[in-house]
Amino acid sequence: MAADVIRIQGLTRTYVMGTNEVHALDGIDLTIKKGEMVAVMGASGSGKSTMMNMLGCLDKPTAGSYELDGERVEVMDRNQLADLRNRRIGFVFQGFNLLARTSALENVELPMMYERARKKDVRAAAVAALARVGLADRSSHLPNELSGGQQQRVAIARALVTEPALLLADEPTGNLDSRTSVEVLALFQELNDNGLTVVMVTHEDSIAHYAKRIVELRDGRIVRDEPVTPRGNAAADLAAIDARRKGNA
Amino acid sequence: MKPQMLIRIALRSIRRTKMRSTLTALGIIIGVGAVIVMVAIGHGAKSRIEQSIKNLGTNMVVITPGAANTGNVSQGAGSFNRLKIEDAEKLKRESVLFADVSPVIMAFGRIRGGNGTNWRCPVYGVDPSYQNIRDWQVSQGQFFDSRDLRARRKVCVLGATVALQIFGDGEGAALGQDVILRDVPFTVIGVLAPKGQTASGTDQDDVIIAPYTTVQERLAGHQFIAQILGSAASPSDVVAAMTEAKAIMRESHKLGDWEESDFQVKNQADLANAATGATDVMTILLACIAGISLLVGGIGIMNIMLVSVTERTREIGIRMAIGARPADVLLQFLVEAIVLSLLGGLLGVALGYGGSWLVGRLTGWPTVIDGVTVSVALGFSAAVGVFFGFWPARKAAALNPIDALRYE
Repeated sequence: MAADVIRIQGLTRTYVMGTNEVHALDGIDLTIKKGEMVAVMGASGSGKSTMMNMLGCLDKPTAGSYELDGERVEVMDRNQLADLRNRRIGFVFQGFNLLARTSALENVELPMMYERARKKDVRAAAVAALARVGLADRSSHLPNELSGGQQQRVAIARALVTEPALLLADEPTGNLDSRTSVEVLALFQELNDNGLTVVMVTHEDSIAHYAKRIVELRDGRIVRDEPVTPRGNAAADLAAIDARRKGNA
Repeated sequence: MKPQMLIRIALRSIRRTKMRSTLTALGIIIGVGAVIVMVAIGHGAKSRIEQSIKNLGTNMVVITPGAANTGNVSQGAGSFNRLKIEDAEKLKRESVLFADVSPVIMAFGRIRGGNGTNWRCPVYGVDPSYQNIRDWQVSQGQFFDSRDLRARRKVCVLGATVALQIFGDGEGAALGQDVILRDVPFTVIGVLAPKGQTASGTDQDDVIIAPYTTVQERLAGHQFIAQILGSAASPSDVVAAMTEAKAIMRESHKLGDWEESDFQVKNQADLANAATGATDVMTILLACIAGISLLVGGIGIMNIMLVSVTERTREIGIRMAIGARPADVLLQFLVEAIVLSLLGGLLGVALGYGGSWLVGRLTGWPTVIDGVTVSVALGFSAAVGVFFGFWPARKAAALNPIDALRYE
């Protein structure tokens, strides 16, 4: 029985808009085990961005409890949250969010700069992470010298370098073409196969079906939580796309 | 995050916005440069004054007419002159600590050379020992002696400027000639070596020196004298000699124990302090003006750091998302402000050196840059960075990571 990476109970987040109270999340219960790959879906306004912020420890709940990798999040202060994000969570964003005019390698090194008890070789770890996403030969490139897919892979390397318990992806393919999207998902599946827990927020079914489990939100509540069948194989789809393109050419 | 890492990040960020950083630092550059030039000029003036006071003579003690007391109201220094020749003579007779004592009688008036040239300068009536007290060499001829003094001979010694103006620069041209002071012809027996200007810019060589007996009888016509100069036997005797002079003078003036002295006794240190006090004030004023420009430079840095924080909101969000604590973000921007202002400070020091050199070249004023000024200016520019960088940095650190990440 695998340990729980995420354990959420009665999670509520309320925003006050003037005199109105908006319940962005309204009593969510959710448990995600180690090694799962979950797609969080929902239309805009369903609360999935708030969910993302909560899971990423970027925001604190109004009520309810959140345990990440065995640590209670809702009682932490800003510094503890920062350290938690640093050690336990790898972020992948829609807009890549790499530091401009900073080489791929230095972008990947960045999270380790903020590690409190750093013991490992920063440079070697960053090189290894870049190699893991297949960009060993691009380490000195600046973000604006890389394609969108490559930038997202640098961001994934940055997320992986601290060996987090959770890879959290917010619309990771939102800015990518369909082939590159599949490419990124193939990487996610590969990482997941090696034991990494992945949670991604997306509104595209074509992306969600590469996950093992789909959680759908509406009006701040979970309306669907089911395994994905049949599950897509991104690596195979990528090969098919490439073969088709070759045939057309 | 390690300090060298923070400095590297700061330098990179400054390099990325070269033009803007240069313009921002310009305030500090000019401020620090101005401080250094101003203080260098002030120090230069001070050292010149001190030098020229040393030139007055060795171990010298000056007695000047002091405050008179009329109905218990002090009339201020020099308001009532009660120094007399007899005081100087008594001092000379009774003192054991003074090697030399000379009265100085001053007379002013038109001077005619035997060849018809006109000039105007003070005439000092002094004792022959005046030459020793002032440590003043004769370049041509000789100084008058005690026989000239006793016989009240109409002889005089010319300052270098007077000799040049009346008799030209020919070697020995003045010797044996007559100068006519208020219709009284004096024979020139010597010309003094040049002593240059005093601290206040008076030409010390624009003077005629004659025996005080002659000057009093022929020119001054009153019995009061401008000052008494004395020379202590050795530098270590100066303070004791001053006490002795005061006692003898009080006795000479028949002052009771309750009466204030109607004269002042000063040594070179007193004169130096009085003269440099004015330049100290000047130096402080100049440094204040320069300090204000540093302050303005600091506000410029704060302004640009605020802009920078807003521009880099997204970067701050990214850093926070991947684990930067608020303190990390604060330090990053604080260090950037400090590095910016310190770089400005270093360039300002270079500008200060260049500026001081240039001022020295153009005006001939002496300029002195000391290590203290440079380190204070650098320390101050770093402090400007801390002070004006703190608020923008705190603003950055207080950002909410979600808002910062979503900032467009």
